[in-house]
Amino acid sequence: MKAHLTRRYLFSSSHRLHSDAMPDDWNRETYGKCNNPYGHGHNYQLEVTVSGAVDPATGMVCNLVDLDGFVHAEILERFGHLNLNTLPEFNDLVPTTENLCIRIYERLQRGFGYAHLEKVRIEETMMNSFVYAGGKELRD
Amino acid sequence: MVYLTRKAEFAASHYYHNPDFTPEQNRATFGKCNNPNGHGHNYTLEVTVKGKVDPQSGFVVDLKQLKDIMHQEVLDSMDHRFLNKEVPEFLDQIPTTENLAIAIWQRLAPKLKAAQLHRVRVYETPDLFVDFYGEAA
Repeated sequence: MKAHLTRRYLFSSSHRLHSDAMPDDWNRETYGKCNNPYGHGHNYQLEVTVSGAVDPATGMVCNLVDLDGFVHAEILERFGHLNLNTLPEFNDLVPTTENLCIRIYERLQRGFGYAHLEKVRIEETMMNSFVYAGGKELRD
Repeated sequence: MVYLTRKAEFAASHYYHNPDFTPEQNRATFGKCNNPNGHGHNYTLEVTVKGKVDPQSGFVVDLKQLKDIMHQEVLDSMDHRFLNKEVPEFLDQIPTTENLAIAIWQRLAPKLKAAQLHRVRVYETPDLFVDFYGEAA
């Protein structure tokens, strides 16, 4: 039997939406307040969904200790409590929450081997959220 | 096709233990969840059905009927129970949230008539949930 498991995590970071390739007035017009030169922050709610056959010996898709361990070490430690613009991941990529979803998905996809990665969803605020499933169509 | 989701809450206790494992293996695999006296959760169940909107009633499914089925098949036997000892599926299966979602699907699917079961989602806590879509593998 195949099941999907989703775990929620919280991290806080700052960012500034600004494209160096574009003129200042384009940036101001496109990103509005998010283009403020000193940046601003969010409490991001991250949801990681993995899937796989439920192991008859454990009743689990994957052990939460393994998932939590990976996400804490590789995602929360890396992306939490800093300015996202300072990370190499965002050297030439604007740290919108769309792109943050993609970068987190890529990191999980490369390093987490205990279950199949389905999708990454991030709530930037209570009013908006973003999902990346590696380019796949979402089922719900 | 329209999708409709109904929520319900139930509280139950459980513990994780595989009789084929040594005590050390059980502790290593299941950690605190291996405590034999169990621990509890407030589970939130979301049942999603899909179907065509009936032109006469405007319904995908009679909500009262869905509520009654969820109560009879799930809440009456799982709410305020020790899953390992009181729910037949878990006498020989570990009551993880994964297996709980599968067991609830298997209880509900044969009882639904007009609408088709699409997804069973079980929240163990607000930060952890499992989805089952009836897929064998």
